[in-house]
Amino acid sequence: MSDFVTFLIGRMSFEYLPTDPATIGAAIGMPLGVLAVAALITYFKKWKWLWQQWVTTVDAKKIGTMYIVVAILMLLRGGADALMLRLQTAVAVGDAKGPFDADMFQQVVTAHGTLMIFFVAMGLVFGIINWVLPLLIGARDMAFPVLNSISFWLFASGMILNNFALVFGGFSNGGWLGYPPLTGLEYNPGPGVDYWIWSLQIAGIGSLLSGVNFFTTIIKNRAPGMTLMKMPIFTWSVLVTSVLIMLAFPILTVTLALLGFDRTLGTHFFTSDSGGNPMLYINLIWAWGHPEVYILVLPAFGVFSEVVATYSKKKLFGYKSMVIALLAIMFFSFIVWQHHFFTMGAGANVNAFFGIMTAVIAIPTGVKIFNWLFTMYRGSIHFTAPMFWFLAFVVTFTIGGVTGVLMAVPALDFQVHNTLFLVAHFHNVIIGGVVFGLFAGITHWFPKIFGFKLHDGLGKLSAILWQVGFILAFIPLYILGLMGAVRRLDSYDDPTWQPLFIVSGIGVVVIALGMAALIMQIGYSIWKRNELKDETGDPWDGRTLEWSVPSPAPHYNFAVTPTVTERDDWWYRKQRNDTAYLKSDYVDIWLPKNSAVGLLVGVGAGMAGFAIIWHLWWLLVPALLFVVLVIIRQTMNDDDDARVSATELFHEDNLGRRA
Amino acid sequence: MSVSRERVVEKYAKAELGFWLYLMTDIILFASLFATYMVLRPNIAGGMSSSELFDPTFALAETVLLLMSSFTCGLAVLFLRFRYKSTGLTLLAVTLLLGGMFLFLEMYEFMEFIHEGQSWQTSGFLSGFFALVATHGLHITIGILWGLVLFWYIFKKGITANAMRRVSLFSLFWHFLDIVWIFIFTIVYLGAFV
Repeated sequence: MSDFVTFLIGRMSFEYLPTDPATIGAAIGMPLGVLAVAALITYFKKWKWLWQQWVTTVDAKKIGTMYIVVAILMLLRGGADALMLRLQTAVAVGDAKGPFDADMFQQVVTAHGTLMIFFVAMGLVFGIINWVLPLLIGARDMAFPVLNSISFWLFASGMILNNFALVFGGFSNGGWLGYPPLTGLEYNPGPGVDYWIWSLQIAGIGSLLSGVNFFTTIIKNRAPGMTLMKMPIFTWSVLVTSVLIMLAFPILTVTLALLGFDRTLGTHFFTSDSGGNPMLYINLIWAWGHPEVYILVLPAFGVFSEVVATYSKKKLFGYKSMVIALLAIMFFSFIVWQHHFFTMGAGANVNAFFGIMTAVIAIPTGVKIFNWLFTMYRGSIHFTAPMFWFLAFVVTFTIGGVTGVLMAVPALDFQVHNTLFLVAHFHNVIIGGVVFGLFAGITHWFPKIFGFKLHDGLGKLSAILWQVGFILAFIPLYILGLMGAVRRLDSYDDPTWQPLFIVSGIGVVVIALGMAALIMQIGYSIWKRNELKDETGDPWDGRTLEWSVPSPAPHYNFAVTPTVTERDDWWYRKQRNDTAYLKSDYVDIWLPKNSAVGLLVGVGAGMAGFAIIWHLWWLLVPALLFVVLVIIRQTMNDDDDARVSATELFHEDNLGRRA
Repeated sequence: MSVSRERVVEKYAKAELGFWLYLMTDIILFASLFATYMVLRPNIAGGMSSSELFDPTFALAETVLLLMSSFTCGLAVLFLRFRYKSTGLTLLAVTLLLGGMFLFLEMYEFMEFIHEGQSWQTSGFLSGFFALVATHGLHITIGILWGLVLFWYIFKKGITANAMRRVSLFSLFWHFLDIVWIFIFTIVYLGAFV
């Protein structure tokens, strides 16, 4: 091949096209799906609507909806991966072959973990935060609405890049955290690991910017009278989470960049020769990775704090202790990272320190669990779908927490390190905590965003199926782990393990049914949206400010900025019968204009990532230049606000309330 | 319809806090690179060690240039705040010029090292060195680009409220890079001879 062709196509070649049937199916199916959606949009002439209402929107509620849609799509793909994994382990015993070869199996494992953490859990968390953070603090929008849109499009861009690996090039087989030297050039010369690095890098920078945005929003945009200690606990959890994001994500940025340099520039950060140090990578990635699990779970804790208080018709038990617990978790989450590799050989004293800190962090978490239970105690409990998710959470998360404390003991951890016991533990806390929490949050706040409620019965069915499926899928993994089954195991010799793997596989199928019930719940509710319509704006007799505005919340959130006098201000206002605005309260307001900057930055970043993955240097330079120019243009834009007049607000607000 | 004065003030207050927060995240970014450098520093893998390679006098020259640029940057902000447009712009230009000279020296040093066969591919130590110092250099490059855009903006539109809020943020960024460099000078260049 001539130099010019190499320059043009980098290292692309036909050998990177998918060869096995499952991947070919996905590689053809995904683009067809995208084309089908595009055709439908064209048929219904919705492109303009899509562009104006969604793509260029800077309204946090809509950005939140886009996050959640992406997250649920990725949940379906990540769930399909889980089904494939358990199908393999249900059959691949002894000489029997599973449907996947070892390399393919590792790719599926890696894709499952990466998608679930970075694009499902993060997407759901950021989606819920965008939905309700401004509403909860009586604000009209985020502090930096355009930056918020940039964050979302970087997230979407990373997601697309990640999925594109399936169509062309194959994905990393190095596990969700990509430990070198396995992910180094020597053992992984193909583009798979590069897809992993750069898709996460792009999405991660989006998350970092979100952290700055959320923090500034909470500090600067609160309604008058809302002191920090009068904020809803969800807001506190977002405040703490954004601190964790700001402190942890730069470490991820550096770590991924250095691994990328090792692979593209020939540096020796994490290689096993020329003075590289792979253990440095493992320290760095977990210095990000441990806070990351709290970044995911704290907002879910925040959701439960709102949900339990609302459906128990009681104020939250132990508000101050909740805040202290959050701050304690924030602090301790940075001094436990070494427990992910007790077996590295750091020495008994180091292991003892990190083991004790890990056990200590369970205390503030336990405080929170008891506070929720005490909130329910003697409350007038309404057993709605969010409460079902909460109860499922208490059971699942507590089991996960307890097994976590078990593994905090280094001596015991040596036995179960890298086994399915660990896999069961973190699924316990992440599914039980994050997924259940955010499903509760989606159900709880859905009417505020869309104007109609989700069907309660199907939600409960979904919660029950998830809970039952979860127990079936993961309790066997604890037992297998204790018996010595390592994680990422694609085949095994001991036939006594097979029944447990089969039970686990059945569990995944039950979870898939739970997911189907959830999708049905959304579909059915859209179909019956007139019957489920939320007329009052306050369907659950809520406690916090978001329930004081009509449903769906108008794009400016609050026609009149509320003045807050106490915690759960809306609840006490209702008690005092003091919920109406006066005509004279309406004033002109300023709202940010729509902006395509987010999309353009996302496209530029995605192109740059693609260029690095395939060594298309001619594309990298213009792509980065494009991003820089778009940002420069935005920073020089003085005209990004539009006025909404007081009369307009008055009319719209009063019409909305009557309708 | 132009935006009210209160709206500009309110937006500036948010932008200022947001920018401070961004700088804090950048500190974590540099801290990770410093930690990487310190861990990998002994791993010279047959290449040159830090004390054989570095010339502290050269690094001192870079330091002086950057400190001078921070001084002129501070003066530029003061003059612009008191609406001396041409003096302020001249000082801003001097700041960027000094930054450019710093960048030139840094590139020169890099070329020198590579010429001696001590590139980022040589050893873990040199990988750490190049990553840390080049990341700072990249920040300086972005700063210069930003300064040029601001120069052009003020030259064209005058010293508006929006211009001043951007100049203040720019000076924060520039001083921040100065502080990071002080740490690089101390830990990387002087630290090599301890």
